[in-house]
Amino acid sequence: MEGADRRLSTLARHLTTGGVRNVHDNAAISCSPTSSTSSMVVVGDHSIFANILRAPEDPILGVTVAYNKDPSPVKLNLGVGAYRTEEGKPLVLNVVRRAEQLLVNDRSRVKEYLPIVGLADFNKLSAKLILGADSPAIKGNLVTTVQCLSGTGSLRVGRTIYIPNPTWGNHTKIFNLAGLTVKTYRYYDPVTRGLNIQGLLEDLGSAPSGAIVLLHACAHNPTGVDPTLEQWEQIRRLIRSKSLLPFFDSAYQGFASGSLDGDAQSVRMFVADGGECFIAQSYAKNMGLYGERVGALSIVCRTADVASRVESQLKLVIRPMYSSPPIHGASIVSAILKDRNLYNEWTLELKAMADRIITMRKQLFDALCARGTPGDWSHIIKQIGMFTFTGLSTKQVMFMTKEYHIYLTSDGRISMAGLSSRTVPHLADAIHAAVTTIV
Amino acid sequence: MASMMTRRSMSLMKSRSMMIHGSSRLMSTSWWKHVEPAPKDPILGVTEAFLADPSPHKVNVGVGAYRDDNGKPVVLDCVREAERRIAGNLNMEYLPMGGSNKMVDETLKLAYGENSDLIKDKRIAAIQALSGTGACRIFADFQKRFSPDSQIYIPVPTWSNHHNIWRDANVPQRTYHYYHPETKGLDFASLMDDVKNAPNGSFFMLHACAHNPTGVDPTIEQWKEISYQFKVKGHFAFFDMAYQGFASGDPERDAKSIRIFLEDGHLIGCSQSYAKNMGLYGQRVGCLSLVCEDEKQAVAVKSQLQQLARPMYSNPPVHGALIVSTILGDPDLKQLWLKEVKGMADRIIGMRSSLRENIEKLGSPLSWEHITNQIGMFCYSGMTPEQVDRLTQEFHIYMTRNGRISMAGVTSGNVEYLAKAIHEVTKAA
Repeated sequence: MEGADRRLSTLARHLTTGGVRNVHDNAAISCSPTSSTSSMVVVGDHSIFANILRAPEDPILGVTVAYNKDPSPVKLNLGVGAYRTEEGKPLVLNVVRRAEQLLVNDRSRVKEYLPIVGLADFNKLSAKLILGADSPAIKGNLVTTVQCLSGTGSLRVGRTIYIPNPTWGNHTKIFNLAGLTVKTYRYYDPVTRGLNIQGLLEDLGSAPSGAIVLLHACAHNPTGVDPTLEQWEQIRRLIRSKSLLPFFDSAYQGFASGSLDGDAQSVRMFVADGGECFIAQSYAKNMGLYGERVGALSIVCRTADVASRVESQLKLVIRPMYSSPPIHGASIVSAILKDRNLYNEWTLELKAMADRIITMRKQLFDALCARGTPGDWSHIIKQIGMFTFTGLSTKQVMFMTKEYHIYLTSDGRISMAGLSSRTVPHLADAIHAAVTTIV
Repeated sequence: MASMMTRRSMSLMKSRSMMIHGSSRLMSTSWWKHVEPAPKDPILGVTEAFLADPSPHKVNVGVGAYRDDNGKPVVLDCVREAERRIAGNLNMEYLPMGGSNKMVDETLKLAYGENSDLIKDKRIAAIQALSGTGACRIFADFQKRFSPDSQIYIPVPTWSNHHNIWRDANVPQRTYHYYHPETKGLDFASLMDDVKNAPNGSFFMLHACAHNPTGVDPTIEQWKEISYQFKVKGHFAFFDMAYQGFASGDPERDAKSIRIFLEDGHLIGCSQSYAKNMGLYGQRVGCLSLVCEDEKQAVAVKSQLQQLARPMYSNPPVHGALIVSTILGDPDLKQLWLKEVKGMADRIIGMRSSLRENIEKLGSPLSWEHITNQIGMFCYSGMTPEQVDRLTQEFHIYMTRNGRISMAGVTSGNVEYLAKAIHEVTKAA
């Protein structure tokens, strides 16, 4: 099952900065009968939905649909944005199963409404996880954290926002529908298949004071290209000097390098300078809780008083959206984070997932080198996280799907999580053929 | 490394403060200085105050969450069994954007009927939603997007969050008469006037059963008249059904208003919630459905509903949906659920009688028949905010200031005390 949050990169192109208006255009809504003041409308004859067009198919979901239809025994789905084992199966972490069992067996647990801001333990522990246990921002009560519906929900709840080019497809929609003006800053360099730091600094340098800047905390989606620590420092200095407001999307903490603290460096660097920022966290990947929708939004503020007022306003946004967040996933996370043994076990399982991905990267790189595939493929091992931005063209991608039954998104992004030692050779063959056949 | 960064940061901050000259914003102040503290939620704030009260006699009849006769929250047996079965679930993968199809299918049967032709003909566009709130909100956003010139008619009074929901969706609100303070019943005549006077094709939000906060529902005959008038005017009916099964104890009976509208051919919208009737409050499980002319239209509408959910939360939480579909998909568990829902409803109905009897026994000069006339979780007592304040300050009884009593918080242990207190503050009225 494809993650819904990976579906939209092409769709985003349909919905540019026009946002809601564009959707209206796409839907070609003419004057609905209910807004007509002329004749009496008898219900049953005419639906108010008569003019509604079907929304465009999701491009990433379409990949999985095509994959499912394919009868080939060697087919491979590399579109999926969810972790898979060596056997290609989804994974529920042992530590999650144990936490769930604890919850089920605890008969004193009830299913009452959470407060609007969610489970208090969960919020505190999530802030600690991203900011570090000894964070002065936490000690000084400068952080307000609210439980949200995974990463998506945490981002929805904030003018102009600058997002990297490219970025996760749903980002544009989220911010458009929230009424922000969405602009982009250069990020990925197709020539080096790495970071375009100069372009990034130039574009952010010309952003107006007060603009929000969306930053992927680690394991940039879809490119897997992250700034180095030195580059992060350059970005931080620029952002602070231009009075821009950083908004971190942290969907892969621990999953990227295998180290929770390591993957939080960028965020902690910004918080350490005493400035303000937003942080959206998701437990979808690093705890495998995809469908439970568990995440958190933290806002680091200048003073405790501001943090308290901000929290009260966040509640006003949440209450008319869904009143209060779902309890189950947050309870699992809380149970794991607060128990020494469960936490340690989690870090081991997390590292194992990250290591398997890194191993797949190495195997694919080695396989391409062994075949003498033309081109520099070092980006496969340099990029970090779940995805590799291969640099393959749309034509080459189509060739791979048609001839080798390999399914990936048309931008050339492959999910390393969908690979196994068994299937790496097949993929390497396909890439080799695509690159040598289609120029 | 960390200390190096701190040093760099500190020198940076020093040099930055020198750069402030000419900038309209001080580096050392917050982006959010102008943010005012938001007012407390009127309903949820009551429980906060209750929890902070040390009095041993305190009673919470504020928030609408069911309590057993010991005043304790309840997890239904059918829910515990369902959870036992799904613990150790194969995976926690993302649901589709529209949520669990199995859960939605079972949920539609509850609202539209087991053998509904609309379901057979696939004419209903439906998605799993974040309980009733989420269903209403997605509908409000949908209404804004596809009927941008429309307004929503909301009854007076209503659940306070309804106003927040349509406001945040930027749909202008109008009100229609509903509660009649003099009779503590339905102001049917004014309601019908408002329906007739609204422009043709207006959007109305109706409480399907167990109106919150008044507990006042139209009779079947009145529903039929409302439905007829809606047809004449071409109005759109959106039903918020948060208490199916919980009102009378019989889910089929509680869905009667909807069925009347469907018989009359209305193409309705409906929000359903499992918060109360399955006790799944914190799981946030519900459903939004819209009746369409045909299957093709339903597919189109559903795809658009999903488009609204996606930038909000991508896809809905799986756990609660699994509980619902496990229960409703198993005939034995479903029977158990029906029995437990009836049990909850019956206890509430019993407490209504008991409260009314107790107040009348004390010789109150006022009429309290509305306590047993009203239905569902809430009783609109008719008490003034000042009387409510006295109840809280003198008797440590907590309820919302509109005089709404959550009958679920009444037990055989506290009903006499509650009656005494109510009598005290109202006898001079």
